[in-house]
Amino acid sequence: MTKQWQTVCKVEDVTPGTGVCALIAGKQVAIFRTLKEKKLFALDNFDPFGKANVLSRGIQGSIGDDLVVASPLYKQHFVLSTGKCLEEDVTIPVYHVREVDGVVEVAA
Amino acid sequence: MSKQRIVVVGNGMVGHKFIDNLVTSEHASRYQVITFSEEPRLAYDRVQLSKYFAGSTAEDLALTTESYYQDKGVNYVLSDKVVDLDFDNKEVVTASGRREAYDQLVLATGSFPFVPPIAGNDQPHCLVYRTIEDLEAITASAQQSKVGVVVGGGLLGLEAANALKQAGLETHVVEFAPRLMAVQLDEGGGKLLRSNIEALGVRVHTQKATTAIVAGEQYRYRMNFSDGSHLETDMILFSAGIRPQDELARKCGIDLGERGGVVVDNHCQTSVKNVYAIGECALWDGRIYGLVAPGYEMAKVALSHITGGDQQFTGADMSTKLKLLGVDVASVGDAHGNTPGCKSYTYSNDVDEVYKRIIVSADNTRLLGAVLVGDADGYGILQQLCVNKMDLPDDPNALILPSIDASGAMMGLDSLPDTAQICSCMDVSKGAICCAVQNGSQTMAEIKAETLASTSCGGCTALVKQVLDAELTNLGVEVKNDICEHFAYSRQQLSDIVRVTKVRSFEVLLDSHGKGHGCEICKPTVGSILASFWNDYILEDAHIGLQDSNDIFLGNLQKDGTYSVVPRVAAGEITPDKLIVLGEVAKQFHLYTKVTGGQRIDLFGAQLNDLPHIWRILVDAGFETGHAYGKSVRTVKSCVGSTWCRYGVDDSVGLAIEIEDRYKGLRSPHKLKFAVSGCTRECAEAQSKDVGIIATEKGWNLYVCGNGGMRPRHADLFATGLDKKTLIKYVDRFLMFYVRTADRLQRTSVWLENLEGGLEYLRKVVIEDSLSIGVELEAEMAHNISNYQCEWKTTIENPERLKRFSHFINTDTRDSNLAYVVERNQIRPANEQERIAVVEVIEPLMA
Ligand code: SRM
Ligand SMILES: Cc1cc2nc3c(=O)[nH]c(=O)nc-3n(C[C@H](O)[C@H](O)[C@H](O)COP(=O)(O)OP(=O)(O)OC[C@H]3O[C@@H](n4cnc5c(N)ncnc54)[C@H](O)[C@@H]3O)c2cc1C
Ligand code: SF4
Ligand code: FES
Repeated sequence: MTKQWQTVCKVEDVTPGTGVCALIAGKQVAIFRTLKEKKLFALDNFDPFGKANVLSRGIQGSIGDDLVVASPLYKQHFVLSTGKCLEEDVTIPVYHVREVDGVVEVAA
Repeated sequence: MSKQRIVVVGNGMVGHKFIDNLVTSEHASRYQVITFSEEPRLAYDRVQLSKYFAGSTAEDLALTTESYYQDKGVNYVLSDKVVDLDFDNKEVVTASGRREAYDQLVLATGSFPFVPPIAGNDQPHCLVYRTIEDLEAITASAQQSKVGVVVGGGLLGLEAANALKQAGLETHVVEFAPRLMAVQLDEGGGKLLRSNIEALGVRVHTQKATTAIVAGEQYRYRMNFSDGSHLETDMILFSAGIRPQDELARKCGIDLGERGGVVVDNHCQTSVKNVYAIGECALWDGRIYGLVAPGYEMAKVALSHITGGDQQFTGADMSTKLKLLGVDVASVGDAHGNTPGCKSYTYSNDVDEVYKRIIVSADNTRLLGAVLVGDADGYGILQQLCVNKMDLPDDPNALILPSIDASGAMMGLDSLPDTAQICSCMDVSKGAICCAVQNGSQTMAEIKAETLASTSCGGCTALVKQVLDAELTNLGVEVKNDICEHFAYSRQQLSDIVRVTKVRSFEVLLDSHGKGHGCEICKPTVGSILASFWNDYILEDAHIGLQDSNDIFLGNLQKDGTYSVVPRVAAGEITPDKLIVLGEVAKQFHLYTKVTGGQRIDLFGAQLNDLPHIWRILVDAGFETGHAYGKSVRTVKSCVGSTWCRYGVDDSVGLAIEIEDRYKGLRSPHKLKFAVSGCTRECAEAQSKDVGIIATEKGWNLYVCGNGGMRPRHADLFATGLDKKTLIKYVDRFLMFYVRTADRLQRTSVWLENLEGGLEYLRKVVIEDSLSIGVELEAEMAHNISNYQCEWKTTIENPERLKRFSHFINTDTRDSNLAYVVERNQIRPANEQERIAVVEVIEPLMA
């Protein structure tokens, strides 16, 4: 798989504890920055249950040891690092994300 | 074998208890009972007598019914006084000439109010406070009076003063002793109680001995005092103590105490064979017990002796907890510290008006007594420590010093023996409560029904609840009301923590009191607590991650990821010009429009990118956010009211607008809906709202805690005939009290149903200010009101914040997944099948 790093935004544009959505090569990617460690994660923005592009607007947190985001529509939890849904047997795509000199980059 | 005949003279609280114990016991079939009452009705709850003034009826106060007695085969004769006893023939004789034979005779004649021998004390409007008939006389007299005086500043006197106050009279209390409640309270406690009561507008005069009641100049009477001063009043209520009703015993030669009272032994037997005395007429070990619990104990003991048992009466605990004129007061054991060598700890706080003193043994190991004024929450534990002679905690200070989690600092309930009496009125032990829990009771309501604990004076409620919770925990039933896995606290506790520690961010709170990273439950909860305490702008960076998408984007998220736009239309009143603006905006941005069930207009299908443009136009036209997304005030529904309607009594639209403007933006545990109707036809459906107001000829009637929605609940009538100022004061206090104490997502209806003490308690807090927090609540509301800002206005004026309103962070492109079809001339989201034949994504017509 050839991954192409793409510049998305400045890292401060993603307030810790929130997410944003980026359009990368035609895909909607939800990018999250965690509250405590300020770590970046990237998942697909599409909520497979609500069938809408909304995951970047979910609330972040943890369930047990997993860092998760809850869909703003019907509150299913998706693990930030794997895309696995904790309630149903569904996994959504995850993407590579990194910070380079204060800039967020995604490969999708 | 023929049945034994038992005659019970007096059908008061204790006489009835005796009878009820008998007819529900295994011995019931062996006895025939007849009871005589001088009063025209069967036993009623004298302890709750004051409730009569708060609207309780004689039926509400009744402890039993005639049909119950009939079912149980108990004979009863009302309005007939027993005037003689014939010991030779074992008969009683009544005023009407009736004679009744007995095998066992029980005197339960209670006591009567003592009226001091003051010249002029027998005039009209000079009354006492003991029976329902007395209350009727007081009510009648109050209607013809402006000023009322209670003679006696003891427990009953202060209850009587409350009654006069509620009847709207200028109220005075005249006390002979140097302080109020001299029997129960020490000097410090009495002083604080006095200042609390005076703050309520009741005037207290101590060290006054009345010498005569003569005709007054300004008012009906003038009371002359021995120090030369005087006081004018229209009516006088004597509450200067009680005297045992021992007239019958005296006449028939039964042994009495020097100062009255029928002498009884440990079996409650009098000096005459087969004659018992129980309750307030009985003198045991030189003491009369003026409380109901010892009377109930005597009823048990006498019954035991009659039926061949061997229970004994060995004295009773005189601890009491009461709310007097809305002030919590409690006294336990040796409240005055009369035990030789004893020491005391005192906590006194003039700001919150709390006074607490505990008296401990010389060696600091046992609690001997306590006095609590202003905050009596610790009563249950203190009383148990004292009665059960338990070890004091290492630091007895913990028993009276305030702490965030007072129950935690107190000793564990586990150390209480099973025999510990938790409810003294109904004589329910810790063991009995635990047993009920083991048999399946899980709620306070179930415990009350099963054991009767906490069904009389209510003083034990908190303790009963703690025993219940502890036992549930022992049984492995989870009683946690932790809000989620990240915080082991309820919303209320979190809210206390935020307030006390002045935390202003989620992160700090998580570090100090939580674990993990939070979640979609605790984050919005803490967000709303922070917002309601500090009222910061909701979209501060520090708070943004705590909010639901609805709160971040200030609109309700729809199924396709778009948002709705609901501007405030206070009371549903809108000008044609504003209506036109709404229509124009809807057309320009291709929004679906609908009139909501809350009398305003919802515009659906707004895309993130468009929200700021839409709101710019709306704000410029004078609209504000309607908070349709928030846990806050939604709408104040109104009917057209007296301005147009031929039946309207008052201007319901005007008041509704005023109310909506006042409370708009208030953050609360759940949404709040109000309504105002112009007359009792109730076109605004106020009785289904959290706060409902209905105009009447006498003023506004206030209803609270109604709910439509999933579990409809009729609102409760809270107060009647209010002027606008009082109405607003009550609503301020009510709302703020709810905001402070309700759990996350708990509507007022559910909150009230879970509130200990229920509507009565709520009334006391709001109307009588029993917790003395009225001023604070009003101030907090005033603070909220003065800090109101339209969140949309603030948002559109801030370019930084507007950055968020874009579907993508890296391009202006719109969400390509949106698809609509047209139905009834408006758009709606396409369904799965329709999506296949995708309809164009609509771009706004940029003006
Ligand atoms: C728009 C509206 C329906 C309509 O088209 O008329 C509506 C729409 C919604 N209601 Fe409602 N309710 C609307 C009036 C009502 C009413 C009637 C009223 O207010 O007089 C009720 C019953 C009265 C009551 O609440 O006591 C009502 C009881 C509910 C409930 C159940 C609440 C309950 O306590 O049981 C919910 C669910 C909840 O809040 O948890 C709810 C939730 C919702 C939500 C927020 C559901 C959601 O999360 O998407 C809907 C979103 C509205 C939006 O997108 O703007 N809505 N909802 C009404 C908006 C009124 C307004 O102007 O603000
Ligand atoms: C306003 C008020 C508030 C109170 N608050 C509390 C409280 O908070 N906590 C608490 O523990 N206690 C309280 N008490 C005291 C409590 O009500 C009494 O302890 C209790 O009622 C005593 O019961 P009893 O049966 O001995 O007497 P009573 O209830 O007075 O009953 C005696 C009955 O006998 C009748 N009677 C008397 N003589 C005769 C006769 N010869 N023939 C026929 N009938 C006769 C009387 O008319 C009366 O009906 C309060 C009392 C009052 C008045
Ligand atoms: S509630 Fe009364 S005043 Fe209001 S519209 Fe109906 S009838 Fe008229
Ligand atoms: S102590 Fe009075 S009801 Fe329990």
